[in-house]
Amino acid sequence: MDIFGVPITALLAQLMIGLVNGCFYAVLSLGLAVIFGMLHVINFTHGAMFVLGALFSWAGLYYFDINYWVMLALAPLIVGVFGIVLERLFLRRIYHLDYLYGLLLTLGLTLIIEGAVRSAFGVSGRPYGPPPISGITNLGFLMIPNYRLWVIIASLLVCAATWFVIERTRLGSYLRAATENPKLVEAFGINVPMMVSLTFGFGVALAAFAGALAAPVMQVSALTGQTMIVIVFAVVVIGGMGSILGTVVTGVCLGLVEALTKVYYPEASSMVMFLVMVLVLMVRPHGLFGGRE
Amino acid sequence: MKKPIKTGVFALSLLCGASAAADISDEMVKIGVLSDMSGIFSDLSGEGAVTAARMAVDDFVANEDPAFQVELVTADHQNKTDVAASRAREWYDTQGVDMITDVINSAVALAVSEVTRDKDRMLMVTGSGSTAINNEQCSPNTVFYAWDTYSLANSLGRTLTDQGYKKWYFVTVDYALGKAIEYDATKAVEQAGGEVIGSLRHPMGTSDFASFMLQAQGSGADVIGIANAGADLHNAIRVANEFGISQQQKIVGLSASMTDVHALGLNTTQGMLLVEGFYWNQDEQARTWSRRFQEKTGKMPNMLNAATYSAITQYLSAVKRLGSDDADAVMADLQEREFNDLFAKNGHLRPDGQLIHDVYLFQVKTPKASKGDWDYYELVDTIPAERAYQPLSESRCELVKRAGSRT
Repeated sequence: MDIFGVPITALLAQLMIGLVNGCFYAVLSLGLAVIFGMLHVINFTHGAMFVLGALFSWAGLYYFDINYWVMLALAPLIVGVFGIVLERLFLRRIYHLDYLYGLLLTLGLTLIIEGAVRSAFGVSGRPYGPPPISGITNLGFLMIPNYRLWVIIASLLVCAATWFVIERTRLGSYLRAATENPKLVEAFGINVPMMVSLTFGFGVALAAFAGALAAPVMQVSALTGQTMIVIVFAVVVIGGMGSILGTVVTGVCLGLVEALTKVYYPEASSMVMFLVMVLVLMVRPHGLFGGRE
Repeated sequence: MKKPIKTGVFALSLLCGASAAADISDEMVKIGVLSDMSGIFSDLSGEGAVTAARMAVDDFVANEDPAFQVELVTADHQNKTDVAASRAREWYDTQGVDMITDVINSAVALAVSEVTRDKDRMLMVTGSGSTAINNEQCSPNTVFYAWDTYSLANSLGRTLTDQGYKKWYFVTVDYALGKAIEYDATKAVEQAGGEVIGSLRHPMGTSDFASFMLQAQGSGADVIGIANAGADLHNAIRVANEFGISQQQKIVGLSASMTDVHALGLNTTQGMLLVEGFYWNQDEQARTWSRRFQEKTGKMPNMLNAATYSAITQYLSAVKRLGSDDADAVMADLQEREFNDLFAKNGHLRPDGQLIHDVYLFQVKTPKASKGDWDYYELVDTIPAERAYQPLSESRCELVKRAGSRT
């Protein structure tokens, strides 16, 4: 059976690939949404943090023989600490200014990080070696590498955990309260600046996690962050700036839309998400899941 | 303004009993390396091109002891045609630059070629490979030195089809480079008796190629020709490995180079066929020079780096022979010689500006066969200059037509 000239098994295969990419977009965009939702900072360093995550994952394996699984935890941790340092040194000073200043500051930091990576490792990326989970599973309509199935599971787990912590736990409620009314929350004896630092660190750690997840299958180089940041912004804007659920749902859906475009009109596959963005913003200016802000 | 001053200096020098450097503007030969120092092509060229250029100038001055001074200037064109063109104009107008080289990125090369023609200086393109440079937009002031999409795509297309891989599918990046590669490869495949059963165009900068490569796999082709470059090429090849496509179908990167092999590693690239004009380990001369290059940069030179060294050396030698840096004279001199140096073997400069030279078909070694860092290639075949490049009879260059109508 064909659907618009494409056999249904081939279409299912492409949708499956789209689902993998969508889950990956979701986890990559999540950190940006958390940082914007909680801190109101438009964090342009997100793409660079993704690159650093992938780079550390590779470097751990290459220089110190630390395996993938350890680096999958360690790389986000290192990048998270780096993020906290950046927040303490720079971002903290501009919270009272307009959003735009945060964007400019983080853009500047991005250029510095990218420049440093480029000068140390070039722009072509490095060979990673075979993925840590080998083998291929036959789904009937698609022979999918097991590593890609792991990407789906890992992404969804991390997304769910993040949503749960922020929306359903006491820590999350402190955090949300602290962003609504920091003075009042501080009056209850909660260390708000510390919470803000940790949130930023957590947000960039999510980007690094996505990087470490991508390293075995994607050629990540100093310039990859630039491609990624554009996709991530589209996801977050369509989902509704700062909405965690919106970001996850949008990430997955855009992966699927992109997959269909790659089958029917591949030339437009990198543009289609921006078409969706334009359409969504015309109908719902705050994004699909955005609040009144 | 330039010409009268030059003539004036020439007349004066005749009166005074001229030195050899009399017809050399400002008594200095200035060479500009205009490259991508920080963008997507900076690993291919960038610092490597600058190092190769500096080595060429130093070696020439040390070995030839010329009567003129040689100076090198460098700049980053940032892959922007306007930045490149205005820098070239500034170099020619105010800094006395006589020859520009590298200009990686075909759009940049075409823009600088235009400026060079206006200013009547010289451009030696060692970075870019679009065949428009010596066809539709050919110029009497431009030498197309290192490689072109025709020689790569044509040689690979013909070789694989001859080996019995008859059915081709192309995964092509959706801009000039991809289309040029696909066009040239298609011609070669069809001439060799093969057929192209399909192709798809993907946008530049796609991060996941699984979808495209699965479509290519589904076509049932014998060969999947990947007509793109840089990160796109890397991701396409990695996906082909990950999904096991490369075990059933032949994957060929039609513009792949040693820089790509280095980035991807031998595990991923083993067995791949590539066409290049230079490999650091091809002969004793190459090895000696390459080791010197490696000491300075920490990496082995690629084809483009060697071509930059060769182009500058040939240019300076011509200037020394003539005692003049006049672009027309240098061009005429170079067209009369056979090039045999570090890079160009059996080289010959044609009226369309194309330097034809032998190119080589290499196969990437297995990790086991490789004896260490940078030991990547096994030589499969040498493709003689005349067979490697687009024949003059197919040229779309005005200069060729004019030269043809005169004879």
